[in-house]
Amino acid sequence: MVSKQLGTNEALTSFPDQSGHFGPYGGRFVSETLMAALDELTLSYDGLKTDPEFLAELGSDLEHYVGRASPLYLAQRLTDHAGGAKIWLKREDLNHTGAHKINNCIGQALLARHMGKPRIIAETGAGQHGVASATVAARFGLKCTVYMGSEDIQRQSLNVYRMKLLGAEVVPVTSGSRTLKDALNEAMRDWVTNVDDTHYIIGTVAGPHPYPMIVRDLQSVIGREARAQFARQHGGLPDAVMACVGGGSNAMGIFYPFLEDESVRLIGVEAAGDGIMTGRHAAPLTDGIVGVLHGNRTYLMQDQAGLISETHSVSAGLDYPGVGPEHAWLKDIERAEYVAVTDEEALGAFRQLNLLEGILPALESSHALAHAVEFAATLRKDQNIIVNLSGRGDKDIPTMAKIDGISIG
Amino acid sequence: MGRLTSTINAVQSRAQKSLVAYIVAGDPHPDQTVDLMHTLVAEGVDIIELGVPFTDPEAEGPVIQLAHERALVHQVTLLKVLEMVTAFRLEDATTPVVLMGYLNPIEAMGYEAFAEQASLSGVDGLITVNLPPEEAGPLAIALQTKGIDPIYLLAPTTTDARAAAVCRASRGFVYYVSLKGTTGSGGLDIKAVCERVAHLKAQTSLPLFVGFGIKDGATAAPIAKVADGVVVGSAIVTLMGEFQASPQALKSAVIELVRDIRTALNASNP
Ligand SMILES: Cc1ncc(COP(=O)(O)O)c(C=O)c1O
Repeated sequence: MVSKQLGTNEALTSFPDQSGHFGPYGGRFVSETLMAALDELTLSYDGLKTDPEFLAELGSDLEHYVGRASPLYLAQRLTDHAGGAKIWLKREDLNHTGAHKINNCIGQALLARHMGKPRIIAETGAGQHGVASATVAARFGLKCTVYMGSEDIQRQSLNVYRMKLLGAEVVPVTSGSRTLKDALNEAMRDWVTNVDDTHYIIGTVAGPHPYPMIVRDLQSVIGREARAQFARQHGGLPDAVMACVGGGSNAMGIFYPFLEDESVRLIGVEAAGDGIMTGRHAAPLTDGIVGVLHGNRTYLMQDQAGLISETHSVSAGLDYPGVGPEHAWLKDIERAEYVAVTDEEALGAFRQLNLLEGILPALESSHALAHAVEFAATLRKDQNIIVNLSGRGDKDIPTMAKIDGISIG
Repeated sequence: MGRLTSTINAVQSRAQKSLVAYIVAGDPHPDQTVDLMHTLVAEGVDIIELGVPFTDPEAEGPVIQLAHERALVHQVTLLKVLEMVTAFRLEDATTPVVLMGYLNPIEAMGYEAFAEQASLSGVDGLITVNLPPEEAGPLAIALQTKGIDPIYLLAPTTTDARAAAVCRASRGFVYYVSLKGTTGSGGLDIKAVCERVAHLKAQTSLPLFVGFGIKDGATAAPIAKVADGVVVGSAIVTLMGEFQASPQALKSAVIELVRDIRTALNASNP
């Protein structure tokens, strides 16, 4: 199997190790104050992840509140247009709140409740994770504070208002580059201060152990469903599975159940922004250096002195200088491949899916779509690609209208 | 014995408590840092803690975050910080200098290269805020080969079992973070801190220093009664922000603050 390539008998799905490492990546690089909270979280999660009652509660909410299972849809007109492999879309855009982020938030809100923490905090870039966090806070009667870079508050005003409607407090972050990474810093500061009554819901497979593991486990419902749906609707396994990579949660969620399926190519698509050569991008796996940020060791966008670089992507959800440590490891052991797609290519795919399938994708997901169309053309017509359509694009309409010079006041 | 331990011992043998002053290298301007370090020493600071500017200082409150940003405007990288220590050492061969920062710039330089250059510059200790002992093995080895003391933090949330491990890994002194929060947070519960410090001191033979939330003589004195030393950071750094336009006014304000704290420390430990 795949694990043999590693020269070990450990299954790829058995990671991280006890101390939270995926090979040299991951771990726990936080200030001392948080170590106890991370230990507590690890312990609670270890107990709950096999607890039938917890799993029943989670499963019930995923079905009746989120609306799972999300469909696996054969995009025939997009397939015809690409002229190669069949393109299947895993419709996370149809989830309650419009993206995959809610899968993680439901699980972590239940965790918070089990740990007796009445307050949750979250960071957000595009606002999708903030909205999902505010939503589960309302659903479970928890207090919620969301940190958001003041730049992103400008870009995503719709989601800011939505979070407020959901009863969350939205705190603008004006330090550093005023985007997602700074919101994460500020959420960590809140957590250090209020660690007794607060659970921090990190929105992606990054952060210190056990977060990359917890978020992956909670998101892997995407891959489990997709694998079973594909077997039922088509038979066998797809030839490739593809997803956009910001922090990497929707990608890990769909990759994880396929890790041991050696024949399935796993392809993550990063944001190339203005183009990798320009340096104005958000593609650490494509063009980054290993380092330590936000609690884990991984690939980062940084300069030679180890200072974190400002990133650029048209999609706020991919505009992050790091990436989950499991992706760093899957890249190094060559179990997954990573490519990058520019703003322009993603915008093209965004328009194309509207016109060809009547589906409005998130700009984040449009990165995966852009690569899928190009990649499908290199495969045979009897081959199959599953693309994780991680979210819907309603939140991006103002951005698109602005690009098109249209005022939608 | 390193410069850090011999200095702390000397302070103890005078029946005094160590005063540690934290500033961010390059704040408010790189040209002022070395001079400010000498000023601090002249006013009775025993150990200088020099912050290494980082783009993402996740454990800092707003005051020190801004200091990092002010320094980064002038491209104060880790290499530049080491040059400042070298310059400081031209005139001061005795005062220990401890760097405090985040791991990534050190990773970028490489552990061995950092330890080598830091030791040549005259650095005595290193506090890496986001590096608990569990992840610190390789760096600690590189540091100790070059005679630099790795200093780890204890927090109010640290269990006794962890505290023992943290103390075992530390050299020079152990740093107790006196409150749950970022640097510069207010509302220090002095009685609770003193109880906790007494409890921790019973578990280690290393000197125990207390920082976070100590802002003047009045907060420093009661804590120094139980701890071996106090660290003052945000209170000094606040002045850097306030008087960034006037180096002379800044120096006077720093002198006034440090004198107040030194006097209070000496008075409470006659
Ligand atoms: C729809 C959508 N897809 C993808 C992402 C990127 O996150 P991740 O890489 O963790 O899936 C976001 C983040 O906001 C998002 O909203």
